[in-house]
Amino acid sequence: MALRELEYPFDTQYILKKRKALKRKLLADGTSRLKKKIAVLGGSTTEDIVSAAELFLLNFGIEAKFYQSEYAQYWEDGVFGNAELDSFSPDLIYVCTSLCNLRFEPDPARTREDSKALLDAEFGRFETLWDKLGRFGCPVIQNNFELPFYALMGNMDCRHHSALGYAVNVMNLRFADYAQEHSNFYLLDLNRTSAEYGLERWHDRSYWYMYKYMCAREAVPYIGYQLALIVKSVYGKNRKLLALDLDNTLWGGIVGDDGVNGLAIGQETGVSQAYYEFQKYAGQLKSLGTVLTVCSKNEEENALAGLNHPEGALRPDDFALIKANWDPKDKNLLETVGQLDLLPSAIVFADDNPAEREIVRQSIPEAAIPELTEPEKYITAISRSGYFEPVTISADDLKRSEMYRQNAKRAELAASVTDYGEYLKSLEMIGEIMPFAEIYYQRIAQLTNKSNQFNLTTRRYSESDIAGFAASDEYITLYGKLSDRFGDNGVVSVVIGQIQEDTLYITLWLMSCRVLKRDMELAMLDGLVKEAKARGIKKLIGEYIPTAKNKMVKHFYDSVLGFRLVTEEDDGSAKYELDITDYTDKNKYISTGKDSL
Amino acid sequence: MNEKEVYKRLEAVFHDVFDDDSIRLTAKTTADDIEDWDSMEHINLIGAVEDEFGLRFKMGEVSGMKNVGEMVGIIMKRGK
Repeated sequence: MALRELEYPFDTQYILKKRKALKRKLLADGTSRLKKKIAVLGGSTTEDIVSAAELFLLNFGIEAKFYQSEYAQYWEDGVFGNAELDSFSPDLIYVCTSLCNLRFEPDPARTREDSKALLDAEFGRFETLWDKLGRFGCPVIQNNFELPFYALMGNMDCRHHSALGYAVNVMNLRFADYAQEHSNFYLLDLNRTSAEYGLERWHDRSYWYMYKYMCAREAVPYIGYQLALIVKSVYGKNRKLLALDLDNTLWGGIVGDDGVNGLAIGQETGVSQAYYEFQKYAGQLKSLGTVLTVCSKNEEENALAGLNHPEGALRPDDFALIKANWDPKDKNLLETVGQLDLLPSAIVFADDNPAEREIVRQSIPEAAIPELTEPEKYITAISRSGYFEPVTISADDLKRSEMYRQNAKRAELAASVTDYGEYLKSLEMIGEIMPFAEIYYQRIAQLTNKSNQFNLTTRRYSESDIAGFAASDEYITLYGKLSDRFGDNGVVSVVIGQIQEDTLYITLWLMSCRVLKRDMELAMLDGLVKEAKARGIKKLIGEYIPTAKNKMVKHFYDSVLGFRLVTEEDDGSAKYELDITDYTDKNKYISTGKDSL
Repeated sequence: MNEKEVYKRLEAVFHDVFDDDSIRLTAKTTADDIEDWDSMEHINLIGAVEDEFGLRFKMGEVSGMKNVGEMVGIIMKRGK
């Protein structure tokens, strides 16, 4: 269950006042949530930031436990450690510093060289901290700096080497460069967050003097929100799909009544520019990996005519699916996620009509539904919500939209072929099944964090965990890529097994739902057996740990792969085994290259 | 705004902040009387009271307030 009080745009006074009741409500709703331990290394008071982040994270399906440094001990804790932090063993570290932690006094008498040396030393101080945090082998989120509450040198403050404004700009760029060069390191953009809030309101000096708050109390939840956005994205809880209405959402006017020529879209008027900008924004989201679909009450012919408007920024091909009909929108949306192998929790539904939004809100509570009021505000209503908050941009993200389109085409082919084996053959599938390779570590870690349905044990791993398995002799690791005549699906399956004498314990087996029913799992088993036999292994043990989402693989080992049930517990978890001494390959439809297993 | 109204609204703020509807306030109530009233919750309480009555306590006032009675006194003077 998600609470609307915690969805953007939120009332921070209300959240601060009601936080205990909100937390109680969220924890009592019976949702099963991802559990994570977050160490907050603070440079000022962090308790309120943490309690706000805790609420937003619960709303995103993550139940976090927090460690908080003693007041302003972020550097000491990070560099020298302490027993409490070490035993806490964080899954993620948040360094919550701000301008009050930047050691740089404005001094117009200083030389430019001395100013530079000061900034180098200050950056070095943070770099030391980040290096030392590497010992935890977990993601690190670091704040950048907000601008000061006054400009000593006025307009020159932003450009004079000895001024604080300049120092903030330089440090923020250097932090950004560091983030670009290091994986598992993320910046929380305090600079933008404070600017969006309004710098004058952001700085509340009495709360700094009295309580050592880095910003006004009412602004605090915004920091917690940004933290929650990054964390939910790191753990694969971003939304994936933007389902768009057409009339008065993607263009002004009603295409069925006004005709294509009567629509407001393009550069002609202010209103048409607003809709054009929104179409362009949707196109930009698509290029970042968000899947676009249409959900509109329209004749399909009219919908397509509108989308082919010469002045529009989007084309029909930009959408993975177009649902333009007179069915209820909730029905269309559920069909859309069904056809794209997504879950209802992937949906963001954008519609200017409050009645449509309310119906969908009632019938698909997992969907996110921004309040679209005037077209000039559509973009910020979506962007500030952080539905699609990117933390890394993988090659896969960039191609995702295309993949979903290809899937829709495969579905068309499947419908035209009556024999399923014939269909699989006609796909001309090529697999690549190999031990983990470094170029795929990021994608493999992403899959372990995102896959819920086809995931036998739902163990979540970071990129450094993945590197560790790959390097260890104790483990057999495999990734599987699959391409076919419609395109490349990229890495879609991951298997990890731990060797104990002549037995291989399969600790992780997952597959992306985009390649369900393609026999990829059989090709993976063939590869696994081949690799296992090469190491003298005689028996595989598979494990199933039930979660709310992985029922589809409850009988994967016995029914699909032919393992034998060994034990089954009351909670539904079970162990299976397979003797591989006389194993014969099972996959018939996927050809694997000569390098592949 | 009379004293009775101030107490009523103030009590509602306390109920929200401490998530406890059984709290009853008198002029003599202090942090010792309410279990969860620690230094962090104090900041949040002060903020929520400021929001409710549309006022800002001055820096000296916050550290000087000894009990709820003194808080009510300031609210009666400057609150809305």
